[in-house]
Amino acid sequence: MSVLSLRGLTVTIQTPTGPFEAVRGVDLNVARGETVGIVGESGSGKSVTSLAIMRLLSPRVTVDATEMRLGDIDLRTLSERRMADLRGDRMAMIFQEPMTALNPVLTVGRQLTETWLRHRATGKREATERAVDLLDRVGIPRARARMNVYPHQLSGGLRQRVMIAMALLCDPDLLIADEPTTALDVTVQAQILDLLAGLQQERGLAMVFISHDIGVVARIAQRVQVMHGGRTVDAGPVGDLLTRPQHAYTRALLSAVPRRGMRWGRERLGAVEWSGDDEVTS
Amino acid sequence: MTQAASLPHPSPRKLLLMRVRGHRGLLIGGVIVLFALILALAAPWIAPHDPYAQDLSRRLLPPVWDPRGSFEHLFGTDALGRDYLSRMIYGARVSLLIGVCAAVGSGLIGTTLGLIAGYYGGRVDAFVTFFVSVRLAMPVVLVALAVVSLFGGSLWIVVSVLGLLLWDRFAVVVRSATMQLRGQEFVIAARAMGASTPRILLVELLPNLVGPLVVVASLEVAHAILLESALSFLGLGVQPPTPSWGLMVSEGKGMVFFDARLIALPGAAIAILVLGINLIGDGLRDVLTPEGRS
Amino acid sequence: MLRFTLRRLLIAALVALVVSAMSFGLMFLSGDPAFAIAGEGATEADLEVIRRHFGFDRPIPVQYAAWVTGVFAGDFGDSYYFSKPVVSLLAERFPATLKLGGLAILVALALSIPLAMLAAVRQNQLPDRLALGLGTIGQATPSFWLGLMLIWLFAVKLRWLPVSGSQTWAHFVLPAIVLGYYAAPSMLRLCRAGMIEALQSDYVRTARAKGMLPRQVLFGHAIRNAILPVVSVAAVEFGFILGGSVVVESVFGIRGIGLLAWESISRNDFPTIQAIILIYAMIYVWLTFLADVINAWLDPRIRVS
Repeated sequence: MSVLSLRGLTVTIQTPTGPFEAVRGVDLNVARGETVGIVGESGSGKSVTSLAIMRLLSPRVTVDATEMRLGDIDLRTLSERRMADLRGDRMAMIFQEPMTALNPVLTVGRQLTETWLRHRATGKREATERAVDLLDRVGIPRARARMNVYPHQLSGGLRQRVMIAMALLCDPDLLIADEPTTALDVTVQAQILDLLAGLQQERGLAMVFISHDIGVVARIAQRVQVMHGGRTVDAGPVGDLLTRPQHAYTRALLSAVPRRGMRWGRERLGAVEWSGDDEVTS
Repeated sequence: MTQAASLPHPSPRKLLLMRVRGHRGLLIGGVIVLFALILALAAPWIAPHDPYAQDLSRRLLPPVWDPRGSFEHLFGTDALGRDYLSRMIYGARVSLLIGVCAAVGSGLIGTTLGLIAGYYGGRVDAFVTFFVSVRLAMPVVLVALAVVSLFGGSLWIVVSVLGLLLWDRFAVVVRSATMQLRGQEFVIAARAMGASTPRILLVELLPNLVGPLVVVASLEVAHAILLESALSFLGLGVQPPTPSWGLMVSEGKGMVFFDARLIALPGAAIAILVLGINLIGDGLRDVLTPEGRS
Repeated sequence: MLRFTLRRLLIAALVALVVSAMSFGLMFLSGDPAFAIAGEGATEADLEVIRRHFGFDRPIPVQYAAWVTGVFAGDFGDSYYFSKPVVSLLAERFPATLKLGGLAILVALALSIPLAMLAAVRQNQLPDRLALGLGTIGQATPSFWLGLMLIWLFAVKLRWLPVSGSQTWAHFVLPAIVLGYYAAPSMLRLCRAGMIEALQSDYVRTARAKGMLPRQVLFGHAIRNAILPVVSVAAVEFGFILGGSVVVESVFGIRGIGLLAWESISRNDFPTIQAIILIYAMIYVWLTFLADVINAWLDPRIRVS
């Protein structure tokens, strides 16, 4: 049974000029220990999809799906309170900007322990120990001392590690990573990707990895879905997609990636131009 | 998937009018202020009696909604037998006159200071900013009271004092707006064409400041009206027998145990007029700077 | 950081000095202070006596220098009316004003912060519009009128509270409400804007993604960010409250320095007037400085680095 089963997701936003479908008919299935990548440009609906799964979208936005399950729990009909119980515990999410995603006036330690105490009925001491343990595990040196530090005192890479620690604190089944490396330096990017891959392996985490950068996704995902204009336009195992892209858009995306051996001036990066209507269901 | 085809784009002026019409606060405020203006301007024709005419045989007559009241004096009379409705109507004159004149005076001072501070920067700016800090450190009510008591209370003394004290917000807003504008191309172009500084200030910069100026001006009119009413209430503002609403509250304060009408009516008038002006100020700010609205 | 603080202090001291000079100059605004003290019907001989007694025959800068030197020594001169040191007058009357100001700022905070939180959570809905409406009305209501109406309602009609005076704590309830209601709208707007911004922020989204409950998001995350500017604005508003207490103290008969100021003005008691204006200026200057310090201390981004 998959950890995440999503079929026919449609997200509708009411705008002054009428309803707008940010996402239409998207499917997504993730198994234990598997990473599914979602690739697309800005506005393709990939972030909206992930927020819809977590039910973090504004109440004025309508979310519809034929099926939306975490394990055997139907996410569509859960009460808000039950959903809040799941978030941070069984399903977790990390975001793009670690600078703004952490509360600037609370210590790192406080932001970690409050997550634990929210979902587990233990005392403060166990919460602290668990937090230190996770900080250590995500590769933050001097973890115990860092508990009393404020987010602005850490570098971007360390902050993102804190976010990962916070997400994995309660050992969730599903982790959604929305552009977690986009705001980081290239070298730090690689470290975070390796960290995520390692953590996934040791915990059997199901992961959804969202990015506009198909190269990054290729490094970490086993299967990839390509989104454009709110729909899935291509999908498949990562190797297949890269070597034999089925769809015009995917080909355009790939041609926009600089490859080794290209000579500047001779070959130009293809601009991604495509506005067709084909779609693919996976 | 494609969005709907592009919408027809209304002109900026029409857009502004649409926003004005849709802004409830602005409309309510406009109605209130318009009503007050009509009262003030048409007072000699609208008021049923002479606001200064005393008649000690008809003191403290009740208003028309009291069973003993009559239509001759709709709001009754005060302690000196003067018709209250007429005094209320003429009071609108006093309030608006003082409010507008004080705001014009303080606006001139503040805008000038703000323009030169924002445009020249450096030492001039530091001096003006220091000057603003000095003004902010002063307890305005106290200083106004002291000055009026030294010169004697009268309508024009009050206007002058308020005009000389309420310029700070003008200066601050104009200064920051000027600083933003001074780096823009049209200013640089004007300088390059050899325009003199006063010309740049008046012709290029000032017209672009109208938006924030109008907003601050309305708030300062309201501020001046509130201050004048407080000064007159304390006896150091407009002097009797001039019908100022603040003064009327003070005159009625001895009666608070028997007849709250003498306090309730003029005070409510002040509150409603100031509310209307503030609504216009807030509304203009919303309408002229669309980023302000969420 | 230290240099910056010293510069601020120096400018603050200069501001206070200039205000003091201007308030000292007030005395000479109407011409002859001796005449102002003696009043109508004073003969030239009387005026000469007064001038010599108070030192008005010296050049103005000399008089000012003498006064300032006195101030640094804690001597504000003697009241013309009471013939006793101004300092003792101030010491007598200051506590009442301080009590009133303190209560008023508490009222303002108690009104503005909960309303702001409610307004932000229900943005653009009825509670929000009501809260903002209340704030707008609060800024339009003359404080002396509100005071009188409250006296009429609570002291005369209902007889729950005393009419005037400053003997007991009950005497301070109504005036504190009037002053607090006047200071609340600006703090309400500031807190509401801060809460709205906080509720739309990334860190609140993270908190929700962690499963934090709405109550925990509001009180554990949002308000802790939104309150930062409000606290420092409250310090400055405290200064304004103290300055604006003239009217409220007059209406309610609170024997504080606001009322003393008004009494002194009507009696041409110049030393007292000058002293009170200077005191208010110093309070304002110190409070704005304190506001910056509070802000720096509350915000970890400034405090810890």
